[in-house]
Amino acid sequence: MSQKTISRKSNISSDYKWGFVSDVNSEIAPKGLSEDIIRMISKKKNEPEFLLNSRLKAYEYWKKQKDEEPDWAMIDYESIDYNDIHYYAAPIKQPKLDSLEDADPELIETFNKLGIPLEEQKKLAGVAVDAIFDSVSVATTYKKTLEDAGVIFCSISEAAQKHPELLEKYYGSVVPYSDNFFASLNSAVFSDGSFVYVPKNTKCPMELMTYFRINAEETGQFERTLIIADEGSYVSYLEGCTAPMRKTHQLHAAVVELVALDNAEIKYSTLQNWYPGDSEGKGGVYNFVTKRAKALGNNSKISWTQVETGSAITWKYPSVILQGDNSSGEFYSVALTNNKQQADTGTKMIHIGKNTKSTIVAKGISAGNSNNTYRGLVQILPTAANSTNFTQCDSLLIGDQCGAHTVPYIEVRNNSAKMEHEASTSKVSDDQLFYCMQRGISEEEAHYMIINGFCRGIFKELPFEFAMEANQLLRVSLEGAVG
Amino acid sequence: MLQIENLHVSIGNIKILKGINLSVNSGEIHAIMGPNGSGKSTLANVIAGKPEYIIDEGNISFNNTSIDNLTPDERANLGIFLAFQYPVELPGIPMKQFIKTSLDAKLKSKNMKETTIREFNEILKVESENIGIDTKLIKRSVNEGFSGGEKKRNEMLQMALLKPELSILDETDSGLDIDALKTVGQSVNKLSTEENATLIVTHYQRLLNYITPTKVHVLIDGKISKSGDAQLAKDLELRGYDWIKSLT
Ligand SMILES: Nc1ncnc2c1ncn2[C@@H]1O[C@H](COP(=O)(O)OP(=O)(O)OP(=O)(O)O)[C@@H](O)[C@H]1O
Ligand SMILES: [Mg+2]
Repeated sequence: MSQKTISRKSNISSDYKWGFVSDVNSEIAPKGLSEDIIRMISKKKNEPEFLLNSRLKAYEYWKKQKDEEPDWAMIDYESIDYNDIHYYAAPIKQPKLDSLEDADPELIETFNKLGIPLEEQKKLAGVAVDAIFDSVSVATTYKKTLEDAGVIFCSISEAAQKHPELLEKYYGSVVPYSDNFFASLNSAVFSDGSFVYVPKNTKCPMELMTYFRINAEETGQFERTLIIADEGSYVSYLEGCTAPMRKTHQLHAAVVELVALDNAEIKYSTLQNWYPGDSEGKGGVYNFVTKRAKALGNNSKISWTQVETGSAITWKYPSVILQGDNSSGEFYSVALTNNKQQADTGTKMIHIGKNTKSTIVAKGISAGNSNNTYRGLVQILPTAANSTNFTQCDSLLIGDQCGAHTVPYIEVRNNSAKMEHEASTSKVSDDQLFYCMQRGISEEEAHYMIINGFCRGIFKELPFEFAMEANQLLRVSLEGAVG
Repeated sequence: MLQIENLHVSIGNIKILKGINLSVNSGEIHAIMGPNGSGKSTLANVIAGKPEYIIDEGNISFNNTSIDNLTPDERANLGIFLAFQYPVELPGIPMKQFIKTSLDAKLKSKNMKETTIREFNEILKVESENIGIDTKLIKRSVNEGFSGGEKKRNEMLQMALLKPELSILDETDSGLDIDALKTVGQSVNKLSTEENATLIVTHYQRLLNYITPTKVHVLIDGKISKSGDAQLAKDLELRGYDWIKSLT
């Protein structure tokens, strides 16, 4: 990722750098949600019967829940008018692309503004890019290498056409439509997202990367991602997001499902820097996402790593169901909030299999008037003999107007379990700042260094390119809060 | 080079320095001695610009310009270096990154080009060997979990790399083994030229076996009670601070 385009902070402080609206002519469904709209979405995508049925069931369920939108998180937002949202938007041209040259020039322009030109991405060693633009996949690169390895990396819509049997088997197997309010909504109206299948005993030959971008005016985004790692396989998936500036809040309710079979490993890394709203808290994205993985097979492994600096409101708990014996789950997270941002994030580790192991390292940074809550659940079921959990939650406060909260829930129903919990809250100390400054480092730079040091344990879990970008993101997000 | 006139400093409501006069010229090495709590570290920190300390009266100038209104990083980039009595730990900040950032900040303030990674690694290697810093330490976070002596050596390493105009060593010799003490002595000697100066805060005359100070000052209760040449340190060692107190 070209670091240079992100690091120019001077013009970012007042204006969100990526706050522009692309003009690609969208085909938009009328506002509001009904059975007809759902049938329309499904029909446009020429979906198999089972998907349509699943959408309709989800819709029925969601309607019943509508009066019970969850409110237990430490977040506060104006209620969402679900009839004031377009549930489908697609670029009118949906070209079958062999190369980027065939793509809509405006789309390429958009990527250029993002500072992530695909041309450059292509050259980046070993990264395949599946660019999702307004929910519809329009460009896929490195297809050939992946095909040769037998890896399927395409949009969910394409998978519905080409691999319906895989989709039917695993879709909704980790996050059922009845899981929660936002997951139900997603299951009813999801637009598109990525599909990955890594066959048995295959190490995916490159990191898979997708850029999501919320684009059409007031289009709710309902991404749906499904990743399946078959026995003995390995895949690392990177998700990076930016969104343009908006006056009204935008809803984003994605669902991500991961399934790892025997001896398989999935590493899922996220960099989320959606528009957080201005310093008064106006605008900004509502990010209500359900991310869950099933470590289904024996010795399987799931690792979630995330750096969250964006969105006005984040409500997100990437979780792992440790079903296979000896399976393990990891959650590494940096969540940064500034100004009026609110984040309620954390993880759930559900231990079912024997000798299962989970590790949680959550770092929260709060600045400005923001509120940052870690909420975690570790559950050891009676079947999960000899399971272990290690949890570490660290909070760093910048200034004295912000809040950091830690809400760990632990439920142990097998007494052979070993649990370890550490928590800390700290401030950047004056002595640390003075030490850095005595060595010629400016106050602002010293802050960044110290904050970066605080996140180091997490950043080292990220692929190198992502770690560089994560670094820059922290800077951009902390503009004005330090120094 | 360093000119301190009638300096009164307090923190909160406590007066700590009560009228210090001190003048250090380039090419000189001054030693400051004095009992615990007399204000030696305070003086060192005030010169470096630690924000908590308030100057009630007097002023500090460096190369004929007042530095009272400069931030610590501005002073550092003018060439003022403080080797801390208690170097602070910086968790998660790798030594290399820290030292390079600091070196580059100085170069940048002089409109000079930053070092390349290769150049930096080269000079870091040379200086680490001179100071006798284990390369394993270089791979760790700044001062995190370092032993007392290792922290002090790290200060010397940074001093050697930054080549300051004015080096202030606040009890760098305390807690050092005999070899390290010798290294400190050698580093100071190696660094001192006609263009720079050193201010050494110490409790022990033994460091002065390696370094011959131009002047020795005794700080008692926030005031310089006596100044003299290298012989003063030796007399103090024999007769203690009560001797000075009885003189005043
Ligand atoms: N931040 C502070 N708050 C309150 N008192 C302080 C503070 N810093 C220094 N002092 C007090 O000022 C006095 C001088 O302290 P200073 O550290 O300068 O002494 P010193 O001469 O360096 O002593 P030592 O030989 O023990 O290092 C002491 O009484 C100390 O307690
Ligand atoms: Mg002291």
